[in-house]
Amino acid sequence: MRDDFGLNLVPFPACHPVFGTYMIEVEALVKKFGPLITAVDGVSFKVGKGEVLGFLGPNGAGKSTTMKMITGFLAPSSGTARVLGRDVMLDPIGVKLSLGYLPEGAPAYPDMTPREFLLFIAGIRRLGGAERDRAIALAVERTGLAGVMEQPIDTLSKGFKRRVGLAQAILHDPPVLIMDEPTDGLDPNQKHTVRQLIAEMAPHKAIIISTHILEEVDAICTRAIIIDRGRIVADATPAELEKRGRLDEVFRQLTTGDLHESHA
Amino acid sequence: MNGLRLVFQREFMGYFATPLAYIFIVIFLFLTGLTTFYIGQFFETGEATLKNFFSFHPWLYLFLIPAVSMRLWAEETKSGTIELLMTLPVPLWAVVLGKYLAAWGFTMVALALTFPVWITVNYLGDPDNGVILASYIGSALMAGAYLAIGSTISATTRNQVIAFVITVSVCFLFTVSGLPMVLDFFSAWAPEALLSVIASFSFLTHFDAITNGVIDLRDVVYFASLTCAWLYANAVILEMKRAG
Repeated sequence: MRDDFGLNLVPFPACHPVFGTYMIEVEALVKKFGPLITAVDGVSFKVGKGEVLGFLGPNGAGKSTTMKMITGFLAPSSGTARVLGRDVMLDPIGVKLSLGYLPEGAPAYPDMTPREFLLFIAGIRRLGGAERDRAIALAVERTGLAGVMEQPIDTLSKGFKRRVGLAQAILHDPPVLIMDEPTDGLDPNQKHTVRQLIAEMAPHKAIIISTHILEEVDAICTRAIIIDRGRIVADATPAELEKRGRLDEVFRQLTTGDLHESHA
Repeated sequence: MNGLRLVFQREFMGYFATPLAYIFIVIFLFLTGLTTFYIGQFFETGEATLKNFFSFHPWLYLFLIPAVSMRLWAEETKSGTIELLMTLPVPLWAVVLGKYLAAWGFTMVALALTFPVWITVNYLGDPDNGVILASYIGSALMAGAYLAIGSTISATTRNQVIAFVITVSVCFLFTVSGLPMVLDFFSAWAPEALLSVIASFSFLTHFDAITNGVIDLRDVVYFASLTCAWLYANAVILEMKRAG
């Protein structure tokens, strides 16, 4: 019955249980911005426990928009997204409780220190007392934030800012993790650390990451979905994709983007 | 409720994390002093009242409150933290209310710091402290209404300057709708009933009524319902943005 705005009144039992099967279910998701732009055009997929799904696609293909709909930041024009069987439109708070989200660019409040910020998130996540301290300590350890806990986030380097965002996303040990370009702008060492972290958490969670980096799919994803112009053009394991040729060539064949060159 | 408290706390502390809070408070106190003692001629009037002090509040709020409210949502939209905030397990109403109450609480700190004026008038004479208390309550309500307008307008843009300018304009309309310069425009052709409706929307009319020492339920209801209506609009705008 809880929801953002009191507009829907469908009680929780309306959702069906899917525990043990799929943790994220996306069905025919469509997002239109105005009458002309269709950012996401009928995307469907399911993600189970232990899977790391990589979203690939050119800029503007609809990766972020799809993630924003699963996390409840944007309302779909049609279609549904369910997390642990809960429809994000009908039970947004339930969905938000069970997922961790790293938005693009890892936004965080610049005037807070990482400690203040994580304490705020922990409070919102309904963690308290010893449980909260344990959760923060673990997230800080996993993301290597210990040295900068008392510095305003404003003053941190891009890499540390990204890690603050990561710490925030994994703080409550969510069963579902959605990360929009988690390694964007990091140096090779930091990228390696983040990938290791994702790999560590993967067996117990359902994870979606978006990326531009094709090698990343090889490194951490158990499955890859290539999106182009709002549609899924490939849904396979990295190994299967590789059978079709080199990953970057497959990517170029399947996606058109803005750089479509005509050959005379 | 937990979410409301935490959003409030974060937002409230946010004001004091930057120089904004201190600048605002200093300027507010400076301007209230200036208007009361210099323009309002507090000493020359020779009356033991704070009428001169309160009568400038609508005009001070008109420019200072939009400066407080402009960042409420515009800043979050611009920095992207709105995406974080809106994907945390907090209901929308709690976020809207928490942020609003933080801005209001901050304004109340500034208002409370005008207490030396109250001490002065009590030291110099024997004022009706009931009237003064009523005026403070009226000022707090009016500040709340200005803030609700500002919060809503801040939610429509990612640009704080635009939020400021539009908020000042809208607040100006609400402030002056009871003055002759507005009413004269309508009085030539509009029916009496419409005229009194327009006049009844004026902050000045309602605030003056309260500063006369009578807390009429109608004036309280006016400010409270206006605040609620604007905050509701605030939530609707955010929901519309989510729908895209």
